[in-house]
Amino acid sequence: MFAGSSLTDALKKAGDRLKVNNPGTDYVFNFGSSSTLATQIASGAPADVFASADETNMQKVVDAKLNEGAPAVFLSNRLQIAVAAGNPKHITGLNDLAKPGLIVVLAAPTVPAGKYALEALQKAGVTVRPASLEVDVRAALNKVALGEADAGVVYVTDVKSAGARVSGVEIPEQYQVIARYPIAVVKDSKNPRLARAFVDYLLSDEGRTLLAEFGFSRP
Amino acid sequence: MRPARAPWPIAALAAIGVLFFALPLAGLLYRVSWQSAVADLLTPEALGALRLSLFVSLAATALGLLLGVPLAWVYARIAFPGRNVVRALTTLPMVLPPVVGGVALLVAFGRRGLVGEWLDAGFGLRIPFTTAATVMAATFVSMPFLVLTVEAGIRSIDRRYEEAARTLGASPWRIFRQVTLPLIAPSLFAGAVLCWARALGEFGATITFAGNLPGVTQTLPLAVYIAMETRPEVAIVLSLVLVLVSLAVLVALRDRYLRLD
Repeated sequence: MFAGSSLTDALKKAGDRLKVNNPGTDYVFNFGSSSTLATQIASGAPADVFASADETNMQKVVDAKLNEGAPAVFLSNRLQIAVAAGNPKHITGLNDLAKPGLIVVLAAPTVPAGKYALEALQKAGVTVRPASLEVDVRAALNKVALGEADAGVVYVTDVKSAGARVSGVEIPEQYQVIARYPIAVVKDSKNPRLARAFVDYLLSDEGRTLLAEFGFSRP
Repeated sequence: MRPARAPWPIAALAAIGVLFFALPLAGLLYRVSWQSAVADLLTPEALGALRLSLFVSLAATALGLLLGVPLAWVYARIAFPGRNVVRALTTLPMVLPPVVGGVALLVAFGRRGLVGEWLDAGFGLRIPFTTAATVMAATFVSMPFLVLTVEAGIRSIDRRYEEAARTLGASPWRIFRQVTLPLIAPSLFAGAVLCWARALGEFGATITFAGNLPGVTQTLPLAVYIAMETRPEVAIVLSLVLVLVSLAVLVALRDRYLRLD
């Protein structure tokens, strides 16, 4: 299972559920930035399922004719500003991220979360001087959770996954960027039946309820 | 004596060993798009990463020499209790995954770190996300190579020269500067070059401790990683540059200073 790093907790949980329902099966995950994973699959990495945080990287796999069946958008995600627990720097919106002295981290513009963050900042007309462009969205979140950065633009689901270590500041609707996550079975999968079962589960009502628990929205 | 001939099982396995290392390099050479190679290397991102990498690796080597040579001298000459433990501690980064080094640096020198918190509160000094952090990460992983090489050099010199200088009334500090250092020049050079090559290739500790920002902390290996996501051809060219530089260094060193026979 190759999946964008923002899916880490949700898909592990989904894997655990499926294991209980189908004793003897096991799902092994490779989480990373969707762009790294798409490159790996295009280079022949033995993936069974690919879940991407954007349609661009799924398209890379489709262009390489490595998908089995059309990709389905199975959930969507929204952006939020991650700040230290309790928001000690009193950040109220994207505008505040341009404040001098504030340490802001973003995901690199080569990965979906970084691209979306730039889009949102552009919509808001804010120019940020980030301290770092992290390799994936979880790395950006962790810099905030560890207290090394004051703020980062990440997914709502990332803020939720960090629990009490991090607070989230809403981004208003007009600046919001909605991330759509497609999923597909990879061609020449060694376990096409189990791979299909995993995708079907995520598209089922039960799967959607589980994903919603992690903060994801329906597509 | 006739030149030795390798028994065929040894020759065959050794040949597989060579292929294992040679094929990835051949892959890079095969996949590099020569038409765009120069243009790819001259992009501001690539040039910026190249410039930063040169600065960071040289700064790490300078820092390594400044702190590492005294350390090597102490290990070679002073028998103190726990020397082996201390030496192991300062050699640890050679075998540790670099990303672990980065985590360790972060919890020590980060804004909430053991020392970092105090540096921030007392002096307003913040190390992560700065070029200084990149230099520290590179020094952390590369200095052990210098220390071990120089320590071996100090242990192998003929101590009678130092004795002679001492009987002629030279102070220990003067003996170190004017007798010991010139005698270990070859191992100093070899250690510095090994240290530099390792610093040039540093990735894991840097991305964890210093982050990734073009022009500030994005060294060549980080630029390769980021480029691989969207522009693999740039990543391949930059990789080739790193491979060729390192190869040249090792070939030159082996000929002049790493004589094992």
